[in-house]
Amino acid sequence: MERIALFATCLTDTLYPATARAVVRLLERLGRAVEFPLDQTCCGQMHFNTGYAAHAEGLARSFASVFAGYDAVVTPSGSCAGMAREVHPKLGAGGVPVYELSEFLVDVLGVTDVGAYFPHRVTYHPTCHSLRVLGVGDKPLALLRAVRGLELVELPLAESCCGFGGTFALKNADTSTAMLADKMRCVLDTGAEVLTSGDNSCLMHIGGGLSRLRAGVRPVHLAEILASTEEDPWAPATR
Amino acid sequence: MGTRNPVTWLGSPAFPEAARTALADTQLRRNLRNATTTIRGRRAAAVAELPDWERLRRAGEAIKDRVLAELDTHLERLEAAVTARGGVVHWARDAAEANEIVLRLVGDEREVVKVKSMATAEIGLNEALAAGGVRAVETDLAELIVQLGDDRPSHILVPAIHRNRAEIREIFRRSGLAATGDAPRELAEAARAHLREKFLSCKVAISGANFAVADTGSVVVLESEGNGRMCLTLPEKLITVMGIEKLVPTWQDLEVFLQLLPRSSTAERMNPYTSVWTGVTPGDGPAEFHLVLLDNGRTATLADPTGRQALRCIRCSACLNVCPVYERTGGKSYGSVYPGPIGAILTPQLVDDPHDAQAASLPYASSLCGACFEVCPVRIDIPEVLTHLRARVVSARGRTAESVAMAAAAWVFGDPARYERAQRLGSLARFLGRDGRISRLPGPGAVWTASRDAPVPPRESFREWWRRNRG
Ligand code: SF4
Repeated sequence: MERIALFATCLTDTLYPATARAVVRLLERLGRAVEFPLDQTCCGQMHFNTGYAAHAEGLARSFASVFAGYDAVVTPSGSCAGMAREVHPKLGAGGVPVYELSEFLVDVLGVTDVGAYFPHRVTYHPTCHSLRVLGVGDKPLALLRAVRGLELVELPLAESCCGFGGTFALKNADTSTAMLADKMRCVLDTGAEVLTSGDNSCLMHIGGGLSRLRAGVRPVHLAEILASTEEDPWAPATR
Repeated sequence: MGTRNPVTWLGSPAFPEAARTALADTQLRRNLRNATTTIRGRRAAAVAELPDWERLRRAGEAIKDRVLAELDTHLERLEAAVTARGGVVHWARDAAEANEIVLRLVGDEREVVKVKSMATAEIGLNEALAAGGVRAVETDLAELIVQLGDDRPSHILVPAIHRNRAEIREIFRRSGLAATGDAPRELAEAARAHLREKFLSCKVAISGANFAVADTGSVVVLESEGNGRMCLTLPEKLITVMGIEKLVPTWQDLEVFLQLLPRSSTAERMNPYTSVWTGVTPGDGPAEFHLVLLDNGRTATLADPTGRQALRCIRCSACLNVCPVYERTGGKSYGSVYPGPIGAILTPQLVDDPHDAQAASLPYASSLCGACFEVCPVRIDIPEVLTHLRARVVSARGRTAESVAMAAAAWVFGDPARYERAQRLGSLARFLGRDGRISRLPGPGAVWTASRDAPVPPRESFREWWRRNRG
């Protein structure tokens, strides 16, 4: 494994930089140098899923040229990894070895214990795309189980969608909110203080609902939990 | 053509509006949650029993694809086989033609019994028969509940899934069917007494078909109650309306689907009744058999290389039962006899009118979670077809506020420098934040903040941090 690049995703780069910083910190702690090609922007998923395939095609081509030559591209998003791996080839721009973070850690680096410390009660929401497009299975759970201090509580009906779905959340806002309500009920049933997941998009959705209700559950991306150590523990991002 | 395809119900609002009304129906929400949760678990268990389930799915997919690739020759073989065995084959281009054929075949009879069938629901046959003075009596229990309640179906397999037992008893009571209680057995008993009489008095039966074997001209119906078997054997004349995509080449092919269908639909290893008939047999069953082969938008669907996978569908309803959208909104929100994920991809293709706003709203009725594709026994990649159909809607609409916004977003993403400038501009939204959250966004963002807070943009994007620390 020579050259590793980080694909931050437009959402995380713009709204959740702490997650991308956590990926860098985590990989460097595991002894891997990671690069961040500054020409990267967006994988085109929003365009593709909303019916603008031609725009998505252009973005897929830029993606392929930005990440050409890397041996692995790591991204803290199951859904963008799915877009790049499963859809980009159909748009004539495949060939980039993209891994979602938990896949990269478990399958490529072969680690499940990354030396993390996170003394909180946590529940995990497996996002639809990491589950059904990528098939990450219980890799994220294996990583979480190895985190010291972390109390993992199982999320009821974990595999059902949170109702985000990109522009679905706007075009079918009522249905999306009904799905969100059920997801929040399950999250609250766990008594967890932290909700984690491999995608900031779903966390933005569920977290946005929880925040509206002042529910007292904080969304934290998996990468941030894995980057947290006793010496340098996780702290809420200052904005 | 020119006439409206009755696959969608006239006057149905677009999906988001219809869903809004349905979501407020608390009884519906509970009925659906109970029903779908139960069947979902049972299907998973029934499928897990088979070590070769994935191979079966792939076989089902391959057989259907082969049929679709050579549909014309298979149909001709089917027609020849049915005719050779004494049946009569009719071809119907659309719903109106099919209804006309059936009405003509019914002749002077004023009442007919019906086997549960999606094809006849798709063409609005009952309404067409009523207009011609013929009463159609549904004999499937759930279909009967819908009919007596003057209601619309909300599920492919269990059209009355939105009703609970207490509601059903009430519907029966109002129709003069006295049930002694609301236990399933008591409700079934009341329906049985009502239907037995019809089976014995009606001279014509109308059915759909799950499959037809081209080799021998045999038509196949799978069911649970046995009422279908009554219709298929007792009357003098049998009329079957079947979509042209329902055929399989051989009995060996049929065997694959006889495994896939029951486990996917009712979570049974085998359905209680499988009726097969081949033309007519003197002294045994109906003396006259007519097979109406229905197109109604199917050849147009076949012409689309991505969209045509929808024609592999065997109407098992597994995709409905696992769909998180369907579970909340129910089937009637889709405004069509085909609800749920399969409806979202099949209905707009059968309608085939880019200016039909209701049909155009259906491909958006999904969060693209992929649960449907995971369970589909013939591996229809429903999310792929959904995004494909969204693209068709977008190009038919031309320039809209959304298309302008999307083009602008693509232009921004198309260049890292522009993207970064937009990032910095967007970061100003942090001044809308209070206590770490934004509770009200302006413009289209208001739809988001109607039910969720939005994140406060950070002062520094990741790339700015990277440049400062690692650049
Ligand atoms: S699309 Fe697939 S899962 Fe849905 S009804 Fe048809 S065959 Fe069944």
